[in-house]
Amino acid sequence: MKKNKKLKRLVLGFLGIAVFLGIWQLAGTLGWVSTKILASPTDVVATFIDKLTNPKPDGSTLPQHIWASLKLALIGFGAACVIGIPLGLTMGFFKGMDHFFNPLFEIIRPIPPLAWIPVILLILGIGTTAKAFIIFVAAFVPCLLNSYVGIKRTRTTLINVAKTSGATDMQIFFKVGLPSALPMVFTGVKVSLGTSWATLVAAEMLSSSVGLGYMIQRGRTIVRSDIIIVGMLTIGVIGAILVFLLSLLEKKIAPWRNKK
Amino acid sequence: MPEDKVIVNNLTKKFGDLLVLDDVSFTIGKGEFVCLVGPTGCGKTTFLNLLVKLIEPTAGEILIDGEPADPKRHSLSFVFQEPSAFPWLTVEDNIKFNLRIKKFPKNVIEERTEQMLKLVGLTQQRKLYPHQLSVSAEQRIVIARSFAMFPDLLLMDEPYGQMDIKLRYYLEDEVLRIWRETGSTVIFITHNIEEAVYLSQRCLVMSSKPTTVKTIRTIDLPYPRNVADPAFISIRQEITDMIKWW
Ligand SMILES: Nc1ncnc2c1ncn2[C@@H]1O[C@H](COP(=O)(O)OP(=O)(O)O)[C@@H](O)[C@H]1O
Ligand SMILES: [Mg+2]
Repeated sequence: MKKNKKLKRLVLGFLGIAVFLGIWQLAGTLGWVSTKILASPTDVVATFIDKLTNPKPDGSTLPQHIWASLKLALIGFGAACVIGIPLGLTMGFFKGMDHFFNPLFEIIRPIPPLAWIPVILLILGIGTTAKAFIIFVAAFVPCLLNSYVGIKRTRTTLINVAKTSGATDMQIFFKVGLPSALPMVFTGVKVSLGTSWATLVAAEMLSSSVGLGYMIQRGRTIVRSDIIIVGMLTIGVIGAILVFLLSLLEKKIAPWRNKK
Repeated sequence: MPEDKVIVNNLTKKFGDLLVLDDVSFTIGKGEFVCLVGPTGCGKTTFLNLLVKLIEPTAGEILIDGEPADPKRHSLSFVFQEPSAFPWLTVEDNIKFNLRIKKFPKNVIEERTEQMLKLVGLTQQRKLYPHQLSVSAEQRIVIARSFAMFPDLLLMDEPYGQMDIKLRYYLEDEVLRIWRETGSTVIFITHNIEEAVYLSQRCLVMSSKPTTVKTIRTIDLPYPRNVADPAFISIRQEITDMIKWW
């Protein structure tokens, strides 16, 4: 019964992708869209295989692009987690922290990540640091916000259990607030990861010579839609893989959520 | 006359304009088992929250061993009315929670945990998480967690409300046993009069809001009590009559 359902779901999922690819391929062969403007799936696959080892025409092989982008995204995203999660948790738990940081955060929060680009360029120039910083800014807000809301939602009764058994504020923070917030912290981290990956293209527009964002840009300049699409799909697939890895980590760290 | 464990002096609590407890005074002796009965919303939970300093009184005072409650020094256990097992801890880690906070020695923690798992019949389920169990099993975790402390002062807020009769009778006998063996003071809130008469040495009957203590009925029947005993039935009837107008 259950296995059957799973299989059905899998088949439908593949079918969805296959139909999409089929229409895309037909659009080219039937001449709905010129294959010059929109490369067909078979072209894209050929380009993908070729780009695995061939640095032409954009200067680097696909693995080099991936590695450059991954490094950038992970630095920005990593920094956002390392700073955003503890800050969000302490702000959500300790009143003093909340009162100190909240007004500042409320002003910074609505500024779109891309609006940071000019000032970052002025201060940091156009190197790796600047690009990582833009990703950091984009990833930081969901990390902080979810940790903040997550720990604030800790049930009062559970805090009271700890309080009446003589726990200190620190013990309550680590033994009640933190585990109670964990599911939402993970939600924040997942959103952050998505955001940082998405901001990548924008960050790599700032004069790069390597990276998936750069590859897409380059593809547009030299009118090679196959390269653009290979870049886009690579971003999509790697994003999905990263989120999947995070879910595995979540199951490891917060095992009480999925057991039924 | 034993020493006083809990002293309540002219205790008044208002939430905004809502007067909940109105100048309440009474004492509870060391080692006593007291039941609190009263209509829903009369302030029973509020009283326990005041007692352990989760909230502050509007006027008056409430003392444990002659001083304001301090959970860091006093050995107390609180079974809350709402479900309060930690969802992220397994059954056994839930039971160990208070013992670990109070820094009991490792071997004591292990020994008590085994004992309590057996007592509430969850030894098989020790590695499971609360949401994998029934509501009544979750409440058994909470009861095991608070019994495990062998606390000086055990506070129970309608702990057996959600349970079937068989389990309730069993856990009523267990709380009596823990009380006798550890010499703790127990304040037990219930709206089940039979339960109150079965358990307590004294039963505090509270009025509806604004709340005062209407009567304190001493119940000097020997333990274990028999719910079919005519003396038992007459006390139960007496208290029931007192609160007929609920
Ligand atoms: N934090 C609070 N703020 C406002 N009103 C409250 C609060 N806590 C309890 N009350 C009110 O005080 C009254 C007593 O509540 P409670 O002590 O929970 O009653 P009981 O436990 O006897 O059923 C109720 O009318 C309730 O609505
Ligand atoms: Mg109540």
